[in-house]
Amino acid sequence: MKRFATVLALSLVVAAQGTSAQTLKAVKDRGMLNCGANGTLAGFGLPDAQGKWTGLDVDFCKAVAAAVLNDPEKVKYVPLSAKDRFTALQSGEVDVLARNTTWTSSRDTSLGLNFIGVNYYDGQGFMVRKTLKVNSALELNGAAVCVQQGTTTELNLADYFGANKMQLKSVTFATANEAVKAYDAGRCDAYTTDASALYAERLRLANQNDHIILPEIISKEPLGPVVRHGDDQWFDIVKWTLFAMLDAEELNISSKNLDEALKSPNPEIKRFVGTEGNYGEQLGLGKDWAVRIIKAVGNYGESFERNVGQGSPLKIERGLNKLWTKGGIQYAPPIR
Amino acid sequence: MSGKLPSPSRPAQVVFYNDPKVRSVVYQLVLCAVVAFLVYGAVRNAADNLARAHIASGFGFWNDTAGFDISQTLIDYSARASTYGRAFWVGLLNTLLVSALGILFATILGFVIGISRLSRNWLLSKVAGGYVETIRNLPLLLQLLFWYNAVLKALPDIRESIVIPGGAFLNNRGLFLPLPIFKSGFGAVEIVLLAGIAGTIAFHIWARKRQARTGQQAPVLWAALVLVVGLPLSAFGLAGIPLGFEFPQAGRFNITGGIEVLPEFVALLFGLSIYTAAFIAEVVRAGILAVSGGQTEAAYSLGLRPGPTLRLIVIPQAMRVIIPPLTSQYLNLTKNSSLAVAIGYPDLVQVFTGTVLNQTGQAVEVVAITMLVYLVISLATSLLMNIYNSRMALRER
Repeated sequence: MKRFATVLALSLVVAAQGTSAQTLKAVKDRGMLNCGANGTLAGFGLPDAQGKWTGLDVDFCKAVAAAVLNDPEKVKYVPLSAKDRFTALQSGEVDVLARNTTWTSSRDTSLGLNFIGVNYYDGQGFMVRKTLKVNSALELNGAAVCVQQGTTTELNLADYFGANKMQLKSVTFATANEAVKAYDAGRCDAYTTDASALYAERLRLANQNDHIILPEIISKEPLGPVVRHGDDQWFDIVKWTLFAMLDAEELNISSKNLDEALKSPNPEIKRFVGTEGNYGEQLGLGKDWAVRIIKAVGNYGESFERNVGQGSPLKIERGLNKLWTKGGIQYAPPIR
Repeated sequence: MSGKLPSPSRPAQVVFYNDPKVRSVVYQLVLCAVVAFLVYGAVRNAADNLARAHIASGFGFWNDTAGFDISQTLIDYSARASTYGRAFWVGLLNTLLVSALGILFATILGFVIGISRLSRNWLLSKVAGGYVETIRNLPLLLQLLFWYNAVLKALPDIRESIVIPGGAFLNNRGLFLPLPIFKSGFGAVEIVLLAGIAGTIAFHIWARKRQARTGQQAPVLWAALVLVVGLPLSAFGLAGIPLGFEFPQAGRFNITGGIEVLPEFVALLFGLSIYTAAFIAEVVRAGILAVSGGQTEAAYSLGLRPGPTLRLIVIPQAMRVIIPPLTSQYLNLTKNSSLAVAIGYPDLVQVFTGTVLNQTGQAVEVVAITMLVYLVISLATSLLMNIYNSRMALRER
């Protein structure tokens, strides 16, 4: 009888996946957004001692919750390791995955996922000890490199060493925590991951100043939030949440001047805040959807500076992540 | 009396649907059909849902290029030329290697501890008891992390390696040993060695027969030493020492060449062996205590010393009790080796259900294959142990 029940439960679980086409309704019924987050990466997703989550990706989860549920705190953060994250999204355990995930063609297609855009343009780098006197990644021939499993990083590493005819000794760990700990213990000469994460992980090492980050960026790592295939309405909502944050910055709308923006005669701003047109309803949300987002987390620039930029311990330059109007490549289609 | 009448003792005819035998068969069939239908439904449902979500399915990924590096490969493997299928075999061999060595060490250690715990030496038995009670009451994962950190933290950095005489190095990147390279002429040494082993076995059989016939013992140990060690060594010398070594060399970052034993491997092997040995020790102790004390007393009264008594009288009888639970311990060790994932040893689970699953996204297929593999390994181990058990079992005459 027990086996009987197990089979029954299994088939129900499998059957439940089929109903995922109605994500918006499911989230509203639940009153809570399930958001796949990192959980160990400062600047992107990390809970503090009180269990309060912060980070660029966490802000994105809050923005979606604000747009959909009108409350940025109605988010259940599900900490996921790099290797488990896609299965969690595929199986419906999370509604959106915002976990510094690199957009690649195979993930977009054969994994049954949709990337909604890029919320951080990153690239892969290396961290080494200063005592090694290495100045370039091309000098790493024969080095042992600690790397996290289930990442594009793991693949780029093998590609880069192969393409430059260098010997590689990679040591692979299931989580970034273990990989960094092993690097710190001297198991590896170098630690490799996305450059933004290198700055974040360096803060956790025993002696931060003994380590340098090499200048080479060996790959393109466009990091973005992800949703499942097959629910276009939900895909649109999550996508336009990111666009709204970017458009707000371009229109100089921030969490500080929101009240003025609501009274603005500028037609672009009026469309954004919902005093003109019904763009929110078209998404299946209210007129003030974008206002709710900005009220909750601010525009993209505010979120960037607060989490990874000058207002954070990481102090990462915006670089490529500046708006297209300011020399970067962050660009969002207009709301109209 | 006519024989045509039904005998009064024959049971009354029952309608077939009231026959308990027929009923039970029907119930079994119905249950099987329902279970088969549910399984079929679950599989169909999963396949439909995967198709609807546009998640790739099938086993086509097996021949795709893997593209990632693996730190310990017993067969040729390269990130850019090998397939996911090859990565699977690499992971499987790593699992088998650590399991086989783990079983060997756990058995030796377990027998030593188990017997020590019954020793009349107070200190020895208390130390063995303390070992068992400490080790088997701590979670294995914790012990693995302890061993890994103990290995990494206690050993020096690669640039301050401990140099072991003979060209070996020890540091926190592992143990680096010279790799023997066999030159031409080594074949002769191997033949002599094989002949020596065959000769030893033949001598052993002859010695036992003679002992059974005459009661005289032959110096089997000395003969074995001469045949297995002495003869091949002299052949080795006569052939002109046909053996070279590839010594590990310190490079810019790492030591290259030679045999490399990873610290992850050592930590996993230590952890698994020491943990399982505690359980095996208890199994052995139980087995020995199950042999009645009269057997030992009878052996002593025949004039046997404690050593031969244990070896010839107690252990062979204890084995009958020991082998079945020992099999479960072997299976546990093999399955526990999947905890390698926590300390970065590239076993089957780490490589296949870790990286390959993530890169291909085909969780259903990858997990199914992995479960099948563990099932096959476990059933094969059980089979071997059952054969051994039936050989050791009490022969009833």
